[in-house]
Amino acid sequence: MISQFFILSQRGDKIVFRDYRGDVPKGSTEIFFRKVKFWKEDGEEEAPPIFNVDGVNYFHVKVVGLLFVATTRANVSPSLILELLQRIARIIKDYLGILSEESLRKNFVLVYELLDEVIDFGYVQTTSTEVLKSYVFNEPIVVDAARFPALGPASIFMQGTKRMPGTAVTKSVVANEPGGRKREEIFIDIIEKISVTFSSSVGLWDKRFGPVITISTKKLRGCLCLPFPLAMLIQISMPILPLQGYILTSEIDGTIQMKSYLSGNPEIRLALNEDVTIGRSGSSAYGYSSAGSGPVILDDCNFHESVHLDTFDLDRTLSLVPPDGEFPVMNYRMTQEFKPPFRINALIEEAGALKAEVILKIRAEFPSSATANTILVQMPVPSYTTRVSFELEPGAVGQTTDFKEANKRLEWSLKKIVGGAEHTLRAKLTFSQESHGNLTKEAGPVSMNFTIPMYNVSRLQVKYLQIAKKSKAYNPYRWVRYVTQANSYVARI
Amino acid sequence: MAPPAHQTQRSPSPSQPSGRSEVSDLKLQLRQLAGSRAPGADDSKRELFKKVISYMTIGIDVSSVFSEMVMCSATSDIVLKKMCYLYVGNYAKNNPDLALLTINFLQRDCKDQDPMIRGLALRSLCSLRVANLVEYLVGPLGSGLKDGSAYVRMVAAVGVLKLYHISASTCIDADFPAMLKHLMLNDRDTQVVANCLSALREIWSSEASLSEEASKELDGLLSKPLIYYLLNRIREFSEWAQCLVLELVAKYVPSDSNEIFDIMNLLEDRLQHANSAVVLATIKLFMQLTLSMTDVHQQVYERIKAPLITLVSTGSPEQSYAVLSHLHLLVMRAPMLFSSDYKHFYCHYNEPSYVKKLKLEMLTAVANENNTYEIVTELCEYVANVDIPIARESIRAVGKIALQQYDVNAIVDRLLQFLEMEKDYVTAETLVLVKDLLRKYPQWSHDCIAVVGNISSKNVHEPKAKAALIWMLGEYAQDMVDAPYILESFIENWEEEDSAEVRLHLLTATMKCFFRRPPETQKALGAALAAGIADFHQDVHDRALFYYRLLQHNISTAERVVNPPKQAVSVFADTQSSEIKDRIFDEFNSLSVLYQKPSFMFTDKEHRGPFAFSDERGNLSIGVESADNVVPAQRVEANDKDLLLSTSEKEESGTTVNNGAAYSAPLYDAASAPLVALDTQPVAQALQAGLAIDDLLGLNLTTPAASAPAPPPLKLNAKAALDPGTFQQKWRQLSISMSQEFSVSPQGVAALTTPQTLLRHMQGHSIHCIASGGQAPNFKYFFFAQKAEDTSTFLVECIINTSSCKVQMKIKADDQSASQAFSDLFQFALSKFGMP
Repeated sequence: MISQFFILSQRGDKIVFRDYRGDVPKGSTEIFFRKVKFWKEDGEEEAPPIFNVDGVNYFHVKVVGLLFVATTRANVSPSLILELLQRIARIIKDYLGILSEESLRKNFVLVYELLDEVIDFGYVQTTSTEVLKSYVFNEPIVVDAARFPALGPASIFMQGTKRMPGTAVTKSVVANEPGGRKREEIFIDIIEKISVTFSSSVGLWDKRFGPVITISTKKLRGCLCLPFPLAMLIQISMPILPLQGYILTSEIDGTIQMKSYLSGNPEIRLALNEDVTIGRSGSSAYGYSSAGSGPVILDDCNFHESVHLDTFDLDRTLSLVPPDGEFPVMNYRMTQEFKPPFRINALIEEAGALKAEVILKIRAEFPSSATANTILVQMPVPSYTTRVSFELEPGAVGQTTDFKEANKRLEWSLKKIVGGAEHTLRAKLTFSQESHGNLTKEAGPVSMNFTIPMYNVSRLQVKYLQIAKKSKAYNPYRWVRYVTQANSYVARI
Repeated sequence: MAPPAHQTQRSPSPSQPSGRSEVSDLKLQLRQLAGSRAPGADDSKRELFKKVISYMTIGIDVSSVFSEMVMCSATSDIVLKKMCYLYVGNYAKNNPDLALLTINFLQRDCKDQDPMIRGLALRSLCSLRVANLVEYLVGPLGSGLKDGSAYVRMVAAVGVLKLYHISASTCIDADFPAMLKHLMLNDRDTQVVANCLSALREIWSSEASLSEEASKELDGLLSKPLIYYLLNRIREFSEWAQCLVLELVAKYVPSDSNEIFDIMNLLEDRLQHANSAVVLATIKLFMQLTLSMTDVHQQVYERIKAPLITLVSTGSPEQSYAVLSHLHLLVMRAPMLFSSDYKHFYCHYNEPSYVKKLKLEMLTAVANENNTYEIVTELCEYVANVDIPIARESIRAVGKIALQQYDVNAIVDRLLQFLEMEKDYVTAETLVLVKDLLRKYPQWSHDCIAVVGNISSKNVHEPKAKAALIWMLGEYAQDMVDAPYILESFIENWEEEDSAEVRLHLLTATMKCFFRRPPETQKALGAALAAGIADFHQDVHDRALFYYRLLQHNISTAERVVNPPKQAVSVFADTQSSEIKDRIFDEFNSLSVLYQKPSFMFTDKEHRGPFAFSDERGNLSIGVESADNVVPAQRVEANDKDLLLSTSEKEESGTTVNNGAAYSAPLYDAASAPLVALDTQPVAQALQAGLAIDDLLGLNLTTPAASAPAPPPLKLNAKAALDPGTFQQKWRQLSISMSQEFSVSPQGVAALTTPQTLLRHMQGHSIHCIASGGQAPNFKYFFFAQKAEDTSTFLVECIINTSSCKVQMKIKADDQSASQAFSDLFQFALSKFGMP
């Protein structure tokens, strides 16, 4: 059970505040905000989402820069409270269309109305958007969608592609379209966040962890990258191995997200690839067997409450009566090998006294039909770097570079990269002191952020989307969209 | 970003000038609108109400418009009504007189045709939190519980709980708990059922200490029929209510293994739920159910691994942190079950440090012969990380792995490579680790010393690192050519050395160096002793003086004292006792797991949740966290191991080898730990106990005088039998029915020279001992007894302190109603001990 719920702005202003049980002293919002703001004196560490001050437990989640907070004195289930906070944020977004400080301020009475029904005396009553509909009477005041980044992964569809009706993503579940009629439509988004770590240089080792020979990339420049595991190389005991690029770890965390604006909640059938299998037979994760073909093997997955799996084993079909609003139909996790969309080559080497050169090369290894956007490549450089001069490739368009003095980091951003393309950045560093010798230990790793719409790496697909028909004329819009995003995409140097 | 000072300026204060003028303005406008029935009046009211609520939110006191708000609330506009209810709920508590104004219209609304209005009004009525208005609640609540609309019943069920918190007696007198119970068992709507369950749980657990009936009812919530009734409907419940049910079922004790498997089969698909709260509640249930079935328990671990990892990687960072903390707990309990999943615990560069720290600990725990190379390689990458705290943690992790592995060859190489990185913080952390490594693996000294000798002492600034370096200089003085001279340079800077720890080490190291290389060190030793004796720090002063006198007395004795042959340390002490860990495990799926502390350490009793394990066994080891107390804690823990109570056989037992090195924690009297516990007892009890010392019979004064001389009437089975496994299971599952502290006669204590003497005596009274242990002055026993007429058993934990003549006793019983009788019998038996 929770005692209080409140939403604070980034500056710590109370936007909504509701006390349910009256057993937490006044001033809890200030205590909370101060604690979060000044968690450690050096400000380097972030406050954990749950902490205890004077016997009061504070829970918070950050959504679009807003802090959703609950307090309690009881020893409750932490996951329950955090799930609830996240759910409240989603319900509010379902209602307001857009979750932002402005939309909240304009609609705070509606939010109070929702909160009244969601929680009573600290106990959760309902979080179902359609149940809430019958209890909630305020009409949302819609704020201008274009000016605000929308909540959640679906917002990425706003950026590049013109194929999607932009407003739909930010449509409220209750507000009517101009003209009084609601458009019947349903969105299925397959969102995959990928984490890849590429190794740096290649080392040799004997079985008893004997002397480890580390070969720096410096000596091996110019060789090609090797996409197969190191273990094989060791068996054939090659004395010196080519540089960079084998995959240390890779994982896909996917979600099939649904947002339904169908009236009358008809039943839906969602068919996935027939070759999807769940659960690896062996206990060993990260096997590198087949790449690019063969069945899609998910390590594990979970489903939304409303999903029926009666025929899933038979034909890989999920049937459900979708509730209103946005919700994840299925979450899945996959460590099966896949082709990373980008290859990163990074190099740092000394170039005279107090100088070094960095070469960053990225190659898009996905089909040219797809285009990645909002790419950002970052690389920490030695702490004694004072100046950096960049050299972009000739004719570069939509690329910017920056040296972040405060945290000694190179930043290279690219508006878009078409599949198959390759881009290079050279940077000259000037140091304030001699380096200690091993520059690679002082710089890196290179990390990368990107979004690739209409492309997914797991090959999991929605084969068809069937909506139980009410009449012959009933043919709602169906949108199935794919997107790949970087979660932790790192290359060591 | 605005500093928080900005906040305090806007802190709630009725006298705030800007707020006041605006509020009085509002008041005026509201008054004008109050009686207006003009078209559009409702819209203007809405705007004004919004303003009032928004002031209320940011903390401006708008209670002065109370009467105007109430006047305006006579409306059919439901949005207005809701705003008004919200307002009234917020201010009624502090303005009881004004709250009276609202009763009328709320009561009227409670009879409205629209169930929604009825529900809303009832909710607001119960939220007023005004004690002298409770009489107005009883009627509407009573009819609310019988309302035809599930919404109203749902509100009414929570309303009863609200009433209970305002006035418990009114709630009980109106017989609402019984009505809730009826509703819980019969209502079609699952949310009504869930609310009844929440309310009853809270009401009965807080009544349980006062009334026997309530505590029976509380136990009744765990009865088989109710549990099955809830389980069979579990899919109809909302995901939140499912958590509630699962939490309840986790306390249920199935009668046999078939029942356990039935429940697990029924709930297995809950592990595939997208809501992490449901999954964790299910896991907790599975864990509790299989606690005494080792094989199945292990299968449960295997089964829950994948869902947990999925939740960690798919949720928001906050959610995944909460799940990861639970995964962390499981990994720590059974590291080898997760040793093949180590890659899931690799850190992502963009994760917050609270997540990285957990992952580093998990990586350390799961390292074994097969994965150590990969794990250490990965950790070494983090050492070069820009995030300095994580770099430090990573070095420590490498060190810990080295300390727990047999084959440390390569790891030592890595550590030595760190020293070559020439980053101050890396060097500092590494030195501390190399020192620990040398204490465990003296055979590595040759390689390490060669590298350590190259470190310039000028680059070492942190006290811990300095102390480590100095220790090595002293310990390996014969292998390090420059040792006396480096020590000498440290001694020259004695005045600038702020850390007493470093100065203490410097004294000892110089002494050791002196015994090995007297001519080179003599001068330095003289200077060190002189500086030490002049030191303002008491410990430093004393140690210097002690060494000085020791040397004066006899040099070879001094050498034996300061530099005796050492045994290598086999295992370093664990800082948390396994008892604490078990308690945290018992409180799975709660904040205890996140804070890594059992609930009694951070929550007051009333908030621990009605089903928390309420025994205070943890008192024994309250002070365990601080490293200084490690020795006594270990001893207590070792005792508990004898007593079969620890379930964590899988963990390495944390036995300390006291190697006599200067680093070992000071040896405390074993009594010090329980003394802490005694201090926490309420004064009243201590007082009673003090009086009781005078009582020759040693009987507790709380015992009714009449029953004192004769043995109480309860008949026990003289040949009762209980195997340790069953005892352990029961002890975990039953809650404490009685906890007492009393005194024993000095004669009794005098006879208690060894634990065994008491056992025979108690057996004579049909109370059997299942385990005992401890050393004077603290003895700990676990007894059990069985009723003669049926098989219901009593379990007793009894701690006797022979120096204070006090006994702490906790009774758990199948039949809780008989615990008082049993307690009398037990105390009677104990009082006879040592009597001729």
